[in-house]
Amino acid sequence: MDRKYMFIFLLAAILLALVLSPFASSWPDGLERVAEDKGFIEKGHVKPALRSLVPDYILLGIKNKKVATALAGVLGTLLVFGVAYGLAALLRAAKGDRKRSAP
Amino acid sequence: MHIPDGFLATSTWIPAWIVAAGGIGYSLRKTARIVRDRFVPLIGTMAAFIFAAQMLNFPVMGGTSGHLLGGVLAAVMLGPYAGAVTISVVLIVQCLIFQDGGLTALGANILNMALIGTVGGYYIYSGLRKIVGVERFLLAVVLASWFSVVLASCACAIELAISGTSPLGIALPAMAGVHALIGIGEAIITALVTSFVLKTRPDLIYTYRSAEA
Repeated sequence: MDRKYMFIFLLAAILLALVLSPFASSWPDGLERVAEDKGFIEKGHVKPALRSLVPDYILLGIKNKKVATALAGVLGTLLVFGVAYGLAALLRAAKGDRKRSAP
Repeated sequence: MHIPDGFLATSTWIPAWIVAAGGIGYSLRKTARIVRDRFVPLIGTMAAFIFAAQMLNFPVMGGTSGHLLGGVLAAVMLGPYAGAVTISVVLIVQCLIFQDGGLTALGANILNMALIGTVGGYYIYSGLRKIVGVERFLLAVVLASWFSVVLASCACAIELAISGTSPLGIALPAMAGVHALIGIGEAIITALVTSFVLKTRPDLIYTYRSAEA
């Protein structure tokens, strides 16, 4: 029952990323708006400290920008699920070890 | 409000990284204490859901958009420290894979959104529950979601000011003002999701149960 319920939530997340992310507002967000209005947006125009694989949520090699965003969104959703799940499983395992080693 | 590289001075982002690392370490230890079998998929699912929801920018006024932060949502569902771990995972993946938020600014982004917005947001929520009454769960969720976004934006403004990027007298009202609007969206989405879980599986809401018990 738990698994089924959480699967539905995960499916909802994947669908949000797949169907809605290409249609999200591309207007600047709150911080970018303030940076433009208050004249410090150009400070962010530096070479990024790290070159990411999928900059700005657009999967490289796909011409259609909406499709590239949707696929990047699904990829990210699954990746975040995997990392968070894996980390929580590690913490649970660490807890189990402590319990067993206790006298 | 993911800060990119270049906005923060070195003398600001290094201390922010140290505070963020300490906060994550503490949150991991606290999470390890409460993690049970059912918690593992729940943390994964919440992180995935918040990541997806963060992609969905909604317009708040002419030429400006905002998106869910998810700090209070994660904290209400998982408790403050597992919530902070969840938001940190989202921020780290966004930074490393999608270049959303700079690597130098990652510490500050974790400090603002995973620690102040999530752990801070949780304490606003639990304080409000005492004031408005434990049964007015959703009211506390709505108000805390709004406050958490404004609070995180104020922290961001302070970091910009310390960095010499924008004076506090300018950055603080501007950031708080626009995020007071974005916070309304945060409150609506957080209320919709928590009320759905409340109706279907209230036992999965960590802080709902602990307050009842």
